[in-house]
Amino acid sequence: MFLINCPYCGERDQQEFKAGGEAHIERPKQPTELSDDEWAEYLFMRKNIKGVQFERWNHAHGCRKWFNMVRDTSNDEIKAIYKMGEKPPTQ
Amino acid sequence: MRNKYSIFSLFKNALSYHENWQRAWKDPAPKKEYDAVIIGGGGHGLATAYYLAKKHNMQNIAVVEKGWIGGGNTGRNTTIIRSNYLWDASAGLYDHALKIWEGLSQELNYNVMFSQRGVMNLAHNLQDVRDLKRRTHANRLNGIDAVYLNTEEVKKFCPIINTSQDIRYPVLGGTLQRRAGTARHDAVAWGYARGADEMGVDIIQNCEVKAIKRIGDTVEGIETTKGFIKTKKIGVVAAGHSSVVANMAGLKLPLESKPLQALVSEPVKPIIDTVVMSNAVHAYVSQSDKGELVIGAGTDDYISYSQKGSHQIVEGTLNAILELYPIFSRMRMLRQWGGIVDICPDASPIISKTSIKGLYFNCGWGTGGFKATPGSGDLFAYTIANDEPHKLNAAFNLNRFVSGDLVDEHGAAAVAH
Repeated sequence: MFLINCPYCGERDQQEFKAGGEAHIERPKQPTELSDDEWAEYLFMRKNIKGVQFERWNHAHGCRKWFNMVRDTSNDEIKAIYKMGEKPPTQ
Repeated sequence: MRNKYSIFSLFKNALSYHENWQRAWKDPAPKKEYDAVIIGGGGHGLATAYYLAKKHNMQNIAVVEKGWIGGGNTGRNTTIIRSNYLWDASAGLYDHALKIWEGLSQELNYNVMFSQRGVMNLAHNLQDVRDLKRRTHANRLNGIDAVYLNTEEVKKFCPIINTSQDIRYPVLGGTLQRRAGTARHDAVAWGYARGADEMGVDIIQNCEVKAIKRIGDTVEGIETTKGFIKTKKIGVVAAGHSSVVANMAGLKLPLESKPLQALVSEPVKPIIDTVVMSNAVHAYVSQSDKGELVIGAGTDDYISYSQKGSHQIVEGTLNAILELYPIFSRMRMLRQWGGIVDICPDASPIISKTSIKGLYFNCGWGTGGFKATPGSGDLFAYTIANDEPHKLNAAFNLNRFVSGDLVDEHGAAAVAH
């Protein structure tokens, strides 16, 4: 359990939020040309990193907006939060 | 067996104040090379080693464990065993395990305290009723014992359940699998460890895997905190950390690791002599032989390896428990903990070869792997020894995420992921 600093609403309790999984998985541009392996990669395969991970969150019981988060999954420490469409922080 | 446990050995050791029991397994240093190495010394990993040695004549093998055996999810689960899954493939897999459970204490000469006290799954709305009836029929067609109970029969089977129709989610019925029950989780790991050790398997504790070495697409060995170990076959049974080991080999798996919580109460006199699970309100409870209520909560929705879950998950479960069992309202909870479970998109496990020759994975058991421990070990041993799956685990291959032939068991996975 932790506090999340929503880029639109400020700091709120984590239970207001819904986790949306790994971030920056791009939907295939030409789905009709995708092989089964590529579909599996897009739909199911995940990095599931133990350490610093880029992920999506939604302020489900607040402003209902989506945003991105950089979080250390080994201790739940939040490193950075940035809006959808913004470039992920490099450091 | 070197040191057979019996009433006579108990009596003999009582004479020397139980100070001269032989140790149950050795503590060897790793050899330079093994025919196969199992990564992960939990119940599933130790069972795999046991059946490799026993049924496939592979005694030159090792189990490497980063902590101590049975110290991970084997020691953290709520010990429930059942096989009432919906699809044919799952029914085959879980009932195979249940059949081994029925003779396991005798086979291992180790009391795993398997208790067939029955598992009841409750229905709280009309869709639950339809789903559970369908599952009962599917189970019976697959030779798995299952009966559907109406509200009165539920009350008769477990009198402390509040079956009043005035509560928020009234009990409309339920299913009962009488062959299902519980077992002592630690004893399963210890029993398999003792049995495997007896046949020459090296159990190497406090030995963390750091890298998987390979030549081209074939495995060569593992780099560990106790040095390099050469081997041609690696079986990974690392539960919540499966993706971490897969990443060492350059593989990605369809898994997400999340915290799953459980809690136990102070010990009390016998009050509930079965296991009751409720998918809809997310509450399940049984009573341990020590008298503690064992309560399973849910998973958090975010990926985490922190072994800490959110408080509201526990609160939600306890709310549901109190509505169903008002008699527990003054119980005090003694301990609460979280474990990291590896969840597959279809809530079914993976027992499979991979694209790398000699590398096998047994993972994705998610929130319900304990019940399958003996069957999982048996089938994974077969897969490793023969380099092809047994017919019972053929459907649980990694390729199903490419072919689309998923085994969707979200409904039977007892508590919603």
